[in-house]
Amino acid sequence: MHNRVVITGLGIWSCLGKNLDEVTDSLRAGKSGIGMDMERKEWGYRSSLTGIVAKPELKGILDRRARVGLSEEAEYAYMATLEAMKNAKMDMSWVEKNEVGILYGNDSSAKAVSEAIDTIRIKKDTTLLGSGSIFQSMNCTVTMNLSTIFKLKGINFTISAACASGSHAIGLGYLMIKWGLQKHIICGGAQEVNPFAFGSFDGLSAFSIRENEPTKASRPFDKDRDGLIPSGGAATVIIESYESAMERGAPILAEIVGYGFSSNGEHISNSSVDGQIRSLNMALKDAGVDASVIDYINAHATSTPGGDFAEAQAIDAVFGQSKPMVSSTKSMTGHECWMAGASEIVYSTLMMQNNFIAPNINFENPDEASAKLNIVSKTTEKNIDMYLSNSFGFGGTNSSLIIKKFK
Amino acid sequence: MTQQEIIAKINEFLVEEFEVDAEKIVPTANLRETLELDSLDYVDLVVIIESNFGFKVVAEDFINIHTFQDFYDYVNRKVTEKATA
Repeated sequence: MHNRVVITGLGIWSCLGKNLDEVTDSLRAGKSGIGMDMERKEWGYRSSLTGIVAKPELKGILDRRARVGLSEEAEYAYMATLEAMKNAKMDMSWVEKNEVGILYGNDSSAKAVSEAIDTIRIKKDTTLLGSGSIFQSMNCTVTMNLSTIFKLKGINFTISAACASGSHAIGLGYLMIKWGLQKHIICGGAQEVNPFAFGSFDGLSAFSIRENEPTKASRPFDKDRDGLIPSGGAATVIIESYESAMERGAPILAEIVGYGFSSNGEHISNSSVDGQIRSLNMALKDAGVDASVIDYINAHATSTPGGDFAEAQAIDAVFGQSKPMVSSTKSMTGHECWMAGASEIVYSTLMMQNNFIAPNINFENPDEASAKLNIVSKTTEKNIDMYLSNSFGFGGTNSSLIIKKFK
Repeated sequence: MTQQEIIAKINEFLVEEFEVDAEKIVPTANLRETLELDSLDYVDLVVIIESNFGFKVVAEDFINIHTFQDFYDYVNRKVTEKATA
């Protein structure tokens, strides 16, 4: 007997807004969160384009001991989680008496690591790194800090799976609850946004250099796309068993019904149509539904020529008959990398709650593969009963989640 | 730097960085208890002293620092030693 797994809390801190309301408005308006960071040019970047993410002001909210261990991405994750816990009606007194877990996607803390190494090189004295450096520097910086701040007593670790990290975090949480190993888990994904984090990615010529039109630079599936725009922030998705949610009187926002995953077993950075199809089919099989019942797909599509082409082929192979509406919210956010799989569950669930599909902005002309998809380029009023969200990462890691409107 | 200037600077960063109420900082008060210092906080205290006064505290030196006055005297001695070195 498996448990039903429901979403009871959402929180977001991204280039589209600092809370759910701001982000909902941005999604509906098709607003781009992309701008330029000229410091990157001084650092030798090909592209200065980036998601513009506000820095949280935590002094007065968190005490010093809690703050000094937070990396940039952990600060974002704290803000997103604070919002999610509030709307999930999980207060601290309840959390302390129950076994709440955390599974968060994160795959770097480059700024903290770089600054620490610079300090050691200059000062020749490791003590002068201060007490917070190690807690900022490790990949598990988010789960390590948030589990302490929120006094969590359940499962506690970080998932590092490149740009599928956030999606796998939710998928693994879903499995743990489905199988009865946990009742409540704070899932999500976080991504730092700074010049330390993206230099090696820029070096692969993966980023768009359409710097004369920042808000038009991210154009997934459009034939004139020239690369992705790095971005970040954090997104939290609180999941729990249906029984737990009912017992607590928590608001049930949606239900997770399918998780598919696969590994390409091929090239380290190139996409694989076969690997993606296996992930999509596994998610549909897990959900026990036919492809035709999916109303909307939030595509992974990052605006790279090769990646989008492969995903369009994979989506067409599985959904070619029913042609569900497809958009990539990365057209507005840029590529939120380790966070993307979680933020796109937040974005898509907001669309589901508010009966619209956010546009794939800048989609003007299809290429040969995207011409076969039903891509939504303008905000469309639409009831969504079930959607699918794709996330694919370097190393050929693929994840697909299926979310159903709670009834 | 005079002793008064050193005391003022220490008090300023303790209020700012360690978020202690200024009125709790009195010379006879216990430093560790007033600031609620744990082992990690002492590392940050070393960093702050280094960045403000330019010398590195050896961990063992904290053994003999109990009150704020002990702390002021210690920093003053180190700053004076540095200036005359």
